[in-house]
Amino acid sequence: MYSQKVMDHFMNPRNVGEIPDADGVGEVGNPKCGDIMKMYLKIKDGVIEDVKFKTFGCGAAVASSSMATELIKGKTIEEAMKLTNKAVAEALDGLPSIKMHCSVLAEQAIKAALLDYSKKHNVHIPGLENVNLDEDPHHHEHESDE
Amino acid sequence: MKKYIYMDNAATTPVKKEVLEEMLPYFSEKYGNPSSVYSLGSASKRAIEDAREKVAKVLGANPKEIFFTGGGSESDNWAIKGVAFANKHKGNHIITSKIEHHAVLHTCEYLEKHGFEVTYLDVDEYGVVDLEQLKNSITDKTILISIMFANNEIGTIEPIKEIGEIAKGRNIYFHTDAVQAVGNIRIDVNELNIDLLSMSAHKFYGPKGIGALYIRQGVKIDPLIAGGAQERNRRAGTENVPAIVGMGKAIELAYANLEEKNERIRRLRDMLIEKIQANIPYVRLNGHPTKRLPGNVNMCFQYIEGESLLLSLDMEGIAASSGSACTSGSLDPSHVLLAIGLPHEIAHGSLRLTLGEFNTEEEIDYVVEKLVKIVERLRSMSPLYEKVKEEK
Repeated sequence: MYSQKVMDHFMNPRNVGEIPDADGVGEVGNPKCGDIMKMYLKIKDGVIEDVKFKTFGCGAAVASSSMATELIKGKTIEEAMKLTNKAVAEALDGLPSIKMHCSVLAEQAIKAALLDYSKKHNVHIPGLENVNLDEDPHHHEHESDE
Repeated sequence: MKKYIYMDNAATTPVKKEVLEEMLPYFSEKYGNPSSVYSLGSASKRAIEDAREKVAKVLGANPKEIFFTGGGSESDNWAIKGVAFANKHKGNHIITSKIEHHAVLHTCEYLEKHGFEVTYLDVDEYGVVDLEQLKNSITDKTILISIMFANNEIGTIEPIKEIGEIAKGRNIYFHTDAVQAVGNIRIDVNELNIDLLSMSAHKFYGPKGIGALYIRQGVKIDPLIAGGAQERNRRAGTENVPAIVGMGKAIELAYANLEEKNERIRRLRDMLIEKIQANIPYVRLNGHPTKRLPGNVNMCFQYIEGESLLLSLDMEGIAASSGSACTSGSLDPSHVLLAIGLPHEIAHGSLRLTLGEFNTEEEIDYVVEKLVKIVERLRSMSPLYEKVKEEK
């Protein structure tokens, strides 16, 4: 069902935990739907110096969070803003179609954390104004019943 | 070799060696079509009738009341659609429960699109159907009551005798999906006033793709599959002779020393439940504490999600199942767990471990040991658990 990379990131997730003095924290998802992602960012001079996550969810949700943190660590805010859910899924060697919403959630978690950072530090991040974090990714991905 | 522990016996069971041995000659030696007149054909015919007698004997039924099908789902479809269409001149109302298998629920939903009305009974917190609601739901249009013998997810055994009496008293057909019960519980269709009963061989160490429907003599039912005179004109198609032979042998073995076997499995079940409760906080047992299938353990582990539990268990060589949305392929967690009143977020963290004849005490200890570590790891990653710790 899952690629080896997904299983690796599920069994040995990178960057799990919290950052107590995080510059931005974002939480997306809903326990009702069975997945919540919480992302912590430490940002200095426009660069994501450190990132940690905590996730309640399935294997794909944990692996997507882990991969997303790897893809943005050390990158600029601008680069992190460009990260798409498809890039997360591709980096994991693909996700089953009914699990694509997990990668959407990972993308949203990063943007939620960046939004929190931009508010707290009064920094304008281009592109964030168009992000809809309330959008439920499930509704796009579960159209076909297996 | 790495250990492999199979605790998903409610999903399916391995075919026993004795069963397989009985089946083998019917593939390439005694391959005759049972409908043929020559002796190779009549050997197959005899083998089928022999198996039919074995199934009938276990249920206290007449062999003429046993009809082989392609499995439990077909039996459920046949019983419900067949009775509904054959009796629609009498009424169009069917009563079932909210916790039935989808083979029953989806069949009822199909019938609703074809002019039938269906009442879905509630269950209590343990998954037991509400008998008062059942009595109050019956109208003069009610033609069928279909309630499962035992639930496949939470293992709760339903008050079948009481339901049978209610149905008989009102002259309504009573069908029970006994797929999880046959092979685990002694059943007498006359004592329990059952008119139709579905079963499936692969749940009791028989082959997959074979099942049966018990139909009480005199019950009016349409065929589901047309096209031949097999099964006394009621189920067309060349019989799956090896599988039927396997089913006969498997049911005979299942009931040979049932009480002794169940006592052992029940002891292992209770041991597993107690050890999980003693070693892991924030767990709850789903289903009835005592009126449950001998091998069924179903628990919710709060603050974690079921699929991640299953994947982690699989990495340790343990096979189990869950009612989380991620494993059901839909948005919602199991309809059974929601029907017993669990909130979505708790239902997502369910784990079903179902024991069978081949499980051992050592396996119980191994599973508990691994489960403690897995739950701890997943909770350490969970933002929900973090909040619980903060509140303490």
